[in-house]
Amino acid sequence: MMRKSQRGASRAVLIGVILVVAVATALVTALLVNIFERKSEARNPYVRLTEVTEDTTDPAKWGVNWPKQYDSYLLTAQTTRTKFGGHGGSEALPEEKIARDPWLKRMFLGYAFSIDYRDRRGHAYMLADQEATKRLTKPQTGSCLHCHASVMPLYRELGKGDAAKGLAESYKFSYQDLSKKLHDSGNAHPVSCVDCHDPKTMQLRVTRPGFVEGIRLLAASNAPAPHLPSIERWRAGSKKTPYDPNADASRTEMRSYVCGQCHVEYYCSSQMKLTFPWGKGLRAGDQEKFWNETKFADGSRFFDYKHAETGAPILKAQHPEFELWSQGVHARSGVACADCHMPYLRDGATKISDHWVRSPLLNINNACQTCHRVPEAELKARVETIQERNFELMQRGGAAIVALIDGIVRAKKEGATDAQLQPALELQRKAQWRLDFIAAENSMGFHAPQEAAMVLGEALDYARQGELAAALWRSPVKSAAAASAPTTRKSASKP
Amino acid sequence: MAGTWLSGQKGDAGGMIVLAILLGMLAGIGGFTFLYAEGFSYMSDDPKVCVNCHIMQPQYDSWQKASHHTVATCVACHLPHDFIGKYYSKAENGYHHSVAFTLQNFHEPIMIKDKSSRILQNNCLHCHGALVHEQIARAADGAGEVQCVHCHRSVGHGTPTGLGRR
Repeated sequence: MMRKSQRGASRAVLIGVILVVAVATALVTALLVNIFERKSEARNPYVRLTEVTEDTTDPAKWGVNWPKQYDSYLLTAQTTRTKFGGHGGSEALPEEKIARDPWLKRMFLGYAFSIDYRDRRGHAYMLADQEATKRLTKPQTGSCLHCHASVMPLYRELGKGDAAKGLAESYKFSYQDLSKKLHDSGNAHPVSCVDCHDPKTMQLRVTRPGFVEGIRLLAASNAPAPHLPSIERWRAGSKKTPYDPNADASRTEMRSYVCGQCHVEYYCSSQMKLTFPWGKGLRAGDQEKFWNETKFADGSRFFDYKHAETGAPILKAQHPEFELWSQGVHARSGVACADCHMPYLRDGATKISDHWVRSPLLNINNACQTCHRVPEAELKARVETIQERNFELMQRGGAAIVALIDGIVRAKKEGATDAQLQPALELQRKAQWRLDFIAAENSMGFHAPQEAAMVLGEALDYARQGELAAALWRSPVKSAAAASAPTTRKSASKP
Repeated sequence: MAGTWLSGQKGDAGGMIVLAILLGMLAGIGGFTFLYAEGFSYMSDDPKVCVNCHIMQPQYDSWQKASHHTVATCVACHLPHDFIGKYYSKAENGYHHSVAFTLQNFHEPIMIKDKSSRILQNNCLHCHGALVHEQIARAADGAGEVQCVHCHRSVGHGTPTGLGRR
């Protein structure tokens, strides 16, 4: 009896030990496999399973080779909100900006943005939202596709192989006609891998002819560009060949240039081809000067639209993120767009750029804390302080623009002629350009807070000067009538 | 064989053989894993060892660009200089790093622990102590005291800008 139970006990111990050793062996094997996986991840950053070419605009095909980047790219379809960005509306459609800020609508009367102008959504929606906007009830040009679709194969087709020629053709098409061509050619995708990556080497590259021409104009000008060292290097060289971002720019610069292909101010309508106004520099005043010296084909003065109530020839700002960033401390410190908007993301032993392009405020940890060793809450508070102040100044600008438009409308009722109102109308153009420059820019002033405040300050000043000029239409005040840039403006534009 | 020992007829000799086989497998797989994971390399002071797992690649790259790369290696700044302290700390950090890298559950960006931060401070003083003894009279022993790298942040890994985290 005794022996039997002893033997039973020792057998139980033995079985126990065997089990423990077996589990330990299994764990060590699991560790071995884990180490193997990490090692192979580090060895092969990607495996090219399918061939992609210059004509592969479908991101899903690239996703076969680069699934991690593709997966994060798909996340741009998610709804995100920050205090000032993409914050309103339903899941189906973002809120109307022009309903929230009626001064925007007033400012855009006579332009399709007074019909429909909503909060932004992620990259995934750029084409669908453009196809759905009520702005299309007015005639729109094919130029718009430059930045809303993976349009390069279509440009090459239009230009018989030369994309720059294709772009020059595209403004002659109506949006609907060019959009049909895009869909028929099978390239109806929002911004895609091929727009920023060389399909052979995966190197970053710029493709958009508008940007290539614009950055050439900037390089050829003498506007300061201390944040873009390759431009300064090119200027110091022989200048025999034009500045070529794909050959001359550093990797860090390319991480901003690819974004600057679209997140910029440009002319995008039916009178002439899509144009980046960078020939005199990137600041709001520099670009205004460029537009003021630009003439349409018929020799008339450049404008985007005539204001419906006042008739002023207005400049509409697009979304000059690249330009405003260029004036800020981050650009000057060598921080690229992608450093904050597409920070590195570790996945196992590999490191990829997060292709979920979004507000850094949604990803403070990776976007900001890599450099700023300050708690998240404090960083967020700092950014929001800047944005709130910018917002308040901008709202004052909105009130001033409305007062200016009211003033001109009143003067017209009193019998003022266009010639008598000329100074006021000119000031409306100047004020609106500046206010819109900051309102349309998608950082609520954060990309360059001091520059934003200065531009808004100028907007306010011009708006109130214009209001005064409209009120005094019977006896114009000379100084207001001239309304040219103050003398300090020139020296102020130095870095 | 298993049937024989489970029936209890011939003692537990069969069981012992199974155990021996299993132990042998454990030793074999364990040894192989250790070698495959380049276990012995961790005994050395070569900075390349610190990028074995690739997580520290930006730190390694930025160290090569920073001012101290000619005079200090990873272990010179990040491990105590006495024999026992060094290997104890190496083992402790090695354990934490292995667990973190295997389970992939660590905070990012990677942040230095308080204990390691004190080791770092003491190593600044190891070389520069004579120069700064007027300002810093004693070795680091607690939070809230002056850290050399608070101001001299770029000496080890350069200015954090541009590509990647350091």
